[in-house]
Amino acid sequence: MTNNFPVDFILDKKNNTLTFRREFAARRQLVWDCYTQSELLDRWYAPENFSTKTRSIDFRAGGHWHYAMVAPNGNHAWGWIDFITINPIDGYATLSGFCNELGEINQELPRANWVQTFTDKGKNTVVETVITFASLADWETIAAMGMQEGMKSTLACLDILLATLTA
Amino acid sequence: MRRDIFQAIADPTRRAIIALIALQPMTPNTLAEQFDITRQAVSKHLQILVECAVVSQQQHGREIFYQLELEKMKEIDQWLEQFRKIWDARFRQLDQLLVRLQEGKNDQ
Repeated sequence: MTNNFPVDFILDKKNNTLTFRREFAARRQLVWDCYTQSELLDRWYAPENFSTKTRSIDFRAGGHWHYAMVAPNGNHAWGWIDFITINPIDGYATLSGFCNELGEINQELPRANWVQTFTDKGKNTVVETVITFASLADWETIAAMGMQEGMKSTLACLDILLATLTA
Repeated sequence: MRRDIFQAIADPTRRAIIALIALQPMTPNTLAEQFDITRQAVSKHLQILVECAVVSQQQHGREIFYQLELEKMKEIDQWLEQFRKIWDARFRQLDQLLVRLQEGKNDQ
């Protein structure tokens, strides 16, 4: 059976970053491959009932991943990720954004910087993802891409608002 | 015009207004004293906050007080929580893929 590791999820109030950390029961090379090879990405990255379709991928600094999230109704949401730096198998940095089928980036939607770091933890691997956003408002569209209605939150409300008071 | 919570917090002045009226309801005049911007500019921000339903107005005699609607603020938590859930589900899928890869069952 699979392990059920929790996700550490931290909103950094000072640096406007969202960090999450997750442990996986596999060696670092294999986890790295799952993050960086399109045929493996296509098998886990899409939300349930969605599928990932890679249009093109060029995994090197300066390269990109052009992909679509395909909804159950057949709708395609196209994404574009620029690879900024790559240090196998320690980590890589990207700039994410949305685009169309042709790979033309939608300048009206926010782009975010992502830094992925892979470290050993015994025989397991810990992946840390740090997302830097220009403003909390930038997240509306990104969050909406994968959102489902009807979920509720029980967390306190003002804490997160105050976390945005960095300007 | 209906707006959403994210427009409310997109602007630093509006975030400051929210932080101030979170402590106590305030009139546009007392709010304007806190900022180096005109009363008109404060009113414009308040108007947007009202349209976002983050802030509501209450008439007390001749004065209008603006107060924070705490329920609306929870929307931010909700999408953060959804984002967390999406990644949690995604990581479980990766767990399963890793198990399959390690068992050598490369079932396409």
